[in-house]
Amino acid sequence: MARSNQLPDTVTADVSGASNNKNVHMGMIVVLLLGHGWLAILFPMAYKPARIVITGVGLTAPNGDTLAQFRHNLLNGVAGIEKKDIRYMGECLAGVCHYDPLKYQKKKELRVGTRAGSISIYCAHEAMADSGINFAAFSKDRVGIYVGCTEHGNVETENEIYAISKFNYDTKYWSHYHNPRTVANNPAGEVSLSMGITGPAYTIGAACAAGNMGLIHAAQMLRLGEVDLAICGGISESIHTFGIYAGFKSQNALATHVDPHKASRPFDKARNGIVISEGGALYTLERLDDALARGAKIYGEIGGYCVNSDASDYVLPNPGRQAECVRKALVSAGLEAKDIHIVNTHATATPLGDIQECEAIRAVFGDGCPDTSINNTKSFIGHCMGAAGALELAGNLPSFDDLVVHPTINVDDLDPLCALPGLVLNTPKKVGRVDAILNNSFGMLGINSTLIVKRFVP
Amino acid sequence: MTKDETKQIVLEIIADIAPDEDISNLKGDVRLRDQMQLDSMDFLDIVMELRKRHNIEVPELDYPHLATLDSCADYLTPKFAALGK
Repeated sequence: MARSNQLPDTVTADVSGASNNKNVHMGMIVVLLLGHGWLAILFPMAYKPARIVITGVGLTAPNGDTLAQFRHNLLNGVAGIEKKDIRYMGECLAGVCHYDPLKYQKKKELRVGTRAGSISIYCAHEAMADSGINFAAFSKDRVGIYVGCTEHGNVETENEIYAISKFNYDTKYWSHYHNPRTVANNPAGEVSLSMGITGPAYTIGAACAAGNMGLIHAAQMLRLGEVDLAICGGISESIHTFGIYAGFKSQNALATHVDPHKASRPFDKARNGIVISEGGALYTLERLDDALARGAKIYGEIGGYCVNSDASDYVLPNPGRQAECVRKALVSAGLEAKDIHIVNTHATATPLGDIQECEAIRAVFGDGCPDTSINNTKSFIGHCMGAAGALELAGNLPSFDDLVVHPTINVDDLDPLCALPGLVLNTPKKVGRVDAILNNSFGMLGINSTLIVKRFVP
Repeated sequence: MTKDETKQIVLEIIADIAPDEDISNLKGDVRLRDQMQLDSMDFLDIVMELRKRHNIEVPELDYPHLATLDSCADYLTPKFAALGK
């Protein structure tokens, strides 16, 4: 399994012409002499990137700690929002995860580490177990950990400031764990410590687009041959920082509702903001030939993706750039809009943001995609921030097998400006086929990510 | 405060910073590090908790005095006494 640091063997060619075949032969010589990277530059027509597949899923969501439980609740209208006391804020709404942290960690590790690290460790171990990989025999230096997160360090910094406030702000009481807890690579680093992984382990900071980014970056690293196995996705510990709550409240974007389970209501006229949640979803990604060689279960194939930036505002979305992101992802996947059977929206239930994403989706999908269903997972679990894209993808992956699209719940009065064709509202929808899922995740500072996962076809 | 009481205070701190360890049979004259998994950050925890809970300062040069339960008792008991405890 271990390889040198080269691109994998993915040299294929359009066999329609002799000149292309010649390219391949020359290309093979170049590969031997220079490595695959030069091949892509010198003979772009002869280079096709390795196929990347999802072979394991580990997650914790506010309404489920396994994919089976999560999916069951998405198909049965079970949300996972509850009341939580937030420092300085009082009672707020939160999506709280209830996984058993002691399943993969000792008490001391929990005391020393962070919630983000703990969620990451749980998800990584669960994904590895699900993948069926003989991890004990795997070369640990050929494993990469790529964890998307919206932010990291706020929780620990707030906790420390609160702690020293009890000592008249004397900094000699500041914890010696502060720095290892707050470095940006902490969640990925804790996974490397827990699993003995010596390959690259770092986080990808991309606001609420980060969950998709973890998978996208992993696919890129696998294609570059930097690693042979990637643990990737996104996580969030955001409910443990008052700052995010206070910030959204100051933006008039924090959801309230007498019934917590009805608080997250994208596309509904009465939506009034974001429900902040924690969570995580990490996947094992492998090159297809490696997965096939070990007889792996394959959840889906990375079809295409795009990451772009609005370059227009700190917080306000840009529908034009979002649409551009979706279109480029389609081109990347070699698909047209009508080929997408599920669009999982990013919509966070803010009054403006939902409308703007719908505007972007309408621009790409219009009325000409009768087989495209559109849904939203945040209506069940709130906004899991850095985990959002990864968790929401996980909630939809089983559709490849059960051909059911989970609904967007809590839509009692659909906002006409969000009334997209194909919206699946309140009850699941059985469909004829699901060959491609398009997952949107957008974030502050105008970062957009679209990931397309295809049904695996050998 | 007696030396045994000092040891008990140290054990209470160790129980919190090493919650997975069985500390019921720690030997007084053997290095703590040799009896349980304690790293340098854990020793800093002991120093910090002595500061937070008991207002006792342990200068860095004196850290070797925290090597065993007995040496902790010898070193810390006079400090507790100086605080009127």
